[in-house]
This record gives sequence, C-alpha cells and structure tokens, in this order.
Amino acid sequence: MSEAVLNVEDLALSYPGGVQALRGVSLQVRPGEVLGIAGESGCGKSTLASAMISLLSSGAEITGGAVYLRGENLMALSERDRRRLRGREIAMVFQDPLTAFNPVLRIGEQLVDFQVNAEGSSREKRRRAAAMLSKVGLEPDLALSRFPHELSGGMRQRAAIAAALLMRPAVLIADEPTTALDVTMEAQIIHLLRELQAEVGCAIVIVTHHLGVIAELCDRVAVMYAGEVVEVAPVDDLYHDPLHPYTRALLSCDPSALVEHTGHLPTIGGRLPDLADPPPGCAFAPRCPLASESCATPPPRVRPAPAREVLCHKVAP
Amino acid sequence: MLRYAARRICLALVILLTVMIAMYAMVFLIPGDPASLALGPRATPELKALLVQRMGLDQPILTQIWLFLRNAAMGDLGYDVWSQRPVLELILEFFPKTLVLGITTLLWALVLGILLGAAAVVWRGTLTDRLLGLLSVSFISIPSFVIAIYLILVFAVWLRWLPAIGAGNPGDPLSQIRALVLPAFALGIGWVGYLARLVRASLLEVMGETYIRTARAFGLSERRVVFRYALRVAIIPTIALLAVGLGSILSSAVFVEAVFSRPGIGTLMTGAVSNRNYPVVMGCVLFMTAFYLFVVTAADLLIARLDPRVRDAFRR
Repeated sequence: MSEAVLNVEDLALSYPGGVQALRGVSLQVRPGEVLGIAGESGCGKSTLASAMISLLSSGAEITGGAVYLRGENLMALSERDRRRLRGREIAMVFQDPLTAFNPVLRIGEQLVDFQVNAEGSSREKRRRAAAMLSKVGLEPDLALSRFPHELSGGMRQRAAIAAALLMRPAVLIADEPTTALDVTMEAQIIHLLRELQAEVGCAIVIVTHHLGVIAELCDRVAVMYAGEVVEVAPVDDLYHDPLHPYTRALLSCDPSALVEHTGHLPTIGGRLPDLADPPPGCAFAPRCPLASESCATPPPRVRPAPAREVLCHKVAP
Repeated sequence: MLRYAARRICLALVILLTVMIAMYAMVFLIPGDPASLALGPRATPELKALLVQRMGLDQPILTQIWLFLRNAAMGDLGYDVWSQRPVLELILEFFPKTLVLGITTLLWALVLGILLGAAAVVWRGTLTDRLLGLLSVSFISIPSFVIAIYLILVFAVWLRWLPAIGAGNPGDPLSQIRALVLPAFALGIGWVGYLARLVRASLLEVMGETYIRTARAFGLSERRVVFRYALRVAIIPTIALLAVGLGSILSSAVFVEAVFSRPGIGTLMTGAVSNRNYPVVMGCVLFMTAFYLFVVTAADLLIARLDPRVRDAFRR
C-alpha cells in the first residue's frame, strides 16, 4: 500500500450529551484516489468529514485517536498551525452551495481571501481564481464580479469547487456536494470532479448517501454505520460482492437497483442504535437478518482480501 | 437602485405630508384661542383681530392647512409669536447643537455597543458574556434623565470635573467638548446596552452560517472571520436600528437638554409648548419629522448599498 496522504487512526468523537458520533474510525486516503464514504443519515459520515479537516462544530470533542495529514497529527497541532494547512493541503466543499459563500462579498473577493495560505500578491491570486473559475466552466470575469445570490445553484457549486482547488490541495473533502442539486446538475458536477481530479491529482474524499455518485466517481468505498466503518472495499468489489450485511441491505435499498416494478420501496427495518449508549456488540445486530448470539460481542475486523475490510462476525477471513 | 431610491423618497414625502396635516389638526383642536393666549388678557380687540389675520386663523381649517403646507414648502415656517423672528431661523440656530449631541451620542454608543456585543460573542457562554448581558439590560432600563441627574451630582457637583449646565463658551472648542461629555453619556448609555444586545444576537446567528465554516475551512484567521465575514452581515440590522435610534435619541434629548439646561431644539420646543408659542412648536415638530424621515430613508438606501440581496429584491 502506498503511503497514505490522510490517515485517520482509531478516531473517537462525541457530541454534548455523550453522543458517540465516531467510535474508533480508521481510514486511509491514498494520494490521488477517490474515496467514497457512504451510509445513512446520522451514521457519522459528515462528522468524519469535518474531523478530517479538523473543523468541528462547537461542543464536539475528540475523545481518542488521531488524524494524520501527510504525517502531521492534526489533533496535536495548535489552531494556528492547523489554519496554515487549510486550503493548501486540504480543502472542503460543502453540501449547500447557497450558503457556502458570504452573501455580501463578491465571489472574486472571497476567492482571493481564501488563498490566505498561498503566496503571491492579491492580483496574482485574482488571476489564479479566474483561471480556476474557467476550469470549472464559469465565465471568469463575470463570476468574479458577481455576488453569490446572482449565480444559480449549479454555478455556485462549481465556484465552490474552484475555491477548494485554488491551491491544488493534496486532499479535497466533499461533503454531500450534489445533494442540494437536481439530477442533471449532479451529473455535471460529478463529471467535473472527475476531470479536475485527473488534472490536479488530488485525493478526493466524497461523503454521500447517493450510491450512484459513488459508483460513478470512486475508487474505494467506506461504508459507515453508527459511527463505525463497517466495510471498506474497492468500488467494483463492493457493488458485486458486498460482504457486510449492512452494505447488502444498503445496496438493495438503492431505487436504481430495482429490477421489477414494486408498490413500495425497500427499506431496512428498525433504526440506528442510540449513540449515547451504544450496544457493546455489533451495532447492526438488531437489524441484521444473520444476527446470532455471538453478535453481542464486539465484531472482529476481518480482511477477506488484501484491499478489503469488514467488521462482522459472519464473514469468513 | 435609482428606482428603489425614488420609491423610498416618495414614501418619505407622503409620511411627511400626513404628519403635517395630523399635527395641524391637533393644534387646531386644542381648546383656547392662540391669538388671545399670545397677546394676554389685556389685548384690544383690534390688536387681536390683526394677529388673527396675520396668523391666518380667520380662514377655514383646510385653507389654513394648505397655506401652512405651501409656506413650509417654500421654507417659511411662520414667526415666533414673542420675538417676531422667523421660526426657521430659530430652528437653524438651535438644531445644530442638538444634532452635535445626537451624533456624538450615537457614535460613542455605536463603537462601545459593537465592541461589547462582539466581546460577548467571542467569550460566549462565559461569565464575561453573562456580566455583559446583565450590564446591557441595566443600561437599557435606566431612563436617561435619571442618569443625567446622577452624573451632574457626581461629576459636576462632587468631583467638579465637568460643567453641569450649558453648552460651553462660543468659540472655545475645549469647553464645548467638556460640556458635551455628560449629556452625551446620559443620552447614549441606554443605546450601548441595546446595541450590545443586538450585535451579540445577530453576530451569534451569523457565526452559525455555512459561509463562516467555509472561511474557516480555508484557514482565515478568527479575527478576519469575525470582522470581515461575520460582522459585515451582522451589522446590517444594526444600521436599520440606528436610524430609528437617532430619532429616539433626538426625542430623549429633550429631557437631557432640560436637565443640563443645554440650548438645543429640545429646550426650544419645551419652552414653546409652555408658552403656547404655536408657530415654533409646529415648526420644530415639522423640522424634526422631516429630519427623522431623511435619516431613515438614508439608512434604507445605505442598507441597500451594503446588502446586495436587498438591492436586487427591489430592482425586480
């Protein structure tokens, strides 16, 4: 395995009220790869994304583990040193392009501001912003002088992606980048991300509950459930041969996977466990069709193939 | 922007017209004959008739209102019953003093209020935040004339640091500034409280927005995030309030000017009311209304300038 550019090690994070949003997450992002993080709402995938850029919402507390960005432990750095890495080494695209930009500053001013960690005069930064805007398919002179509300949702998301790639970071975190967009826009943004990834060569971590996006874009997938990564696999393996029962259930819930016309959409029965008091054993056991007595103990991390990892009692190593 | 400005200005003119008509009607309805009150009990009927004619009181009410409006539009607000000086001249003599007081008050209250509000956000949830909250609410709830009386007692009577009354000697800026300190403090302290609370609330709201996260995600310093990305948006409701604030500051200036015996439009107006000097009263009210409307309209236009979203909403 090549050296990971972003390495999450046994990360645990809790929110006020004792909610354990991340419970021992370990995940490696290799240079230039596209890693998808999938899972249902509340499984901790967005929390993991914010932790990767060490931008936690207020009250969130890291209770264990570490995040290494190019070998530097983000959790051990001072806030000042963490700020220095942002934008340059790691950047983020948020879900809602409507509110991602400040409404009273022009796009151009913000794109220049966002390059605080880059060298160069503000004129140079503006030129760099214009070049990146044209790369994402926006008319640079027009977009630079516009206020965010003067652009459409798709255009804003393009501008947000341009902003994130301004300094050619090693890792781009995209938190549900297409969820707020319509289907055609979504396809365009996915296409754009793929193109830019090939050009800039950055690693992309894309958080989404949309399995189609992952199939289109990703090299590897990590499936999260109840604050844990339950399965990691190359994208083809995961789709053709899902090993964890939760992954299987998730895939069968994808409406685009339906072959026949049905009266109702498939769902996973039951609900996420209470993360303020998680069960000692497998968190998915209460909803799992294969669950047996042994599932009341913590499941082992099984490696059935070199690039695969599953957190389950029922998978043979 | 131009159309928006035109609409705002038309609206201001309509309000001004309504206020003038309502005011004239109210003065008309007050019992007693302005002419005999002005001339006193020993006036001859001829003299009274002359004054009635000169004040236009023999005309029907609608004609009177029309004449008043027409004259006011041409800058003629009538004559002071006592000194026979034009009312506009009196107002222009006294108003700058009130305006200086009002603007000084607003400025220091604004600076301190924004700083306290921002401080409460920076240290939110701590003892400092709670103390600032308590302080702000106490500032808001103490009437300005009560503070004025205690200020005089402490700083003018006991400590003898600052003058208790007056507006300073003409031509001596230092004495004028010294005379401004206590009134401006008394008048502004409540606004410090208001502004601190308002800025705190709107800043807290803005700090939760995604674009603040975006700015942080690119490594902008906390100071830059608060002052360039948050405060610029959070200040917008404050500016709208400021215009209203100047109006209410000018009206509470009436009390403060009375306590500090400071010449200004407040003392002019209170004097005129107790003397039944109607042309002066009406002139003052009209002038203050017009000024207030001017400020509010200017603030709306400024907000449209600062917030491109508002500007576009009105362009459509």
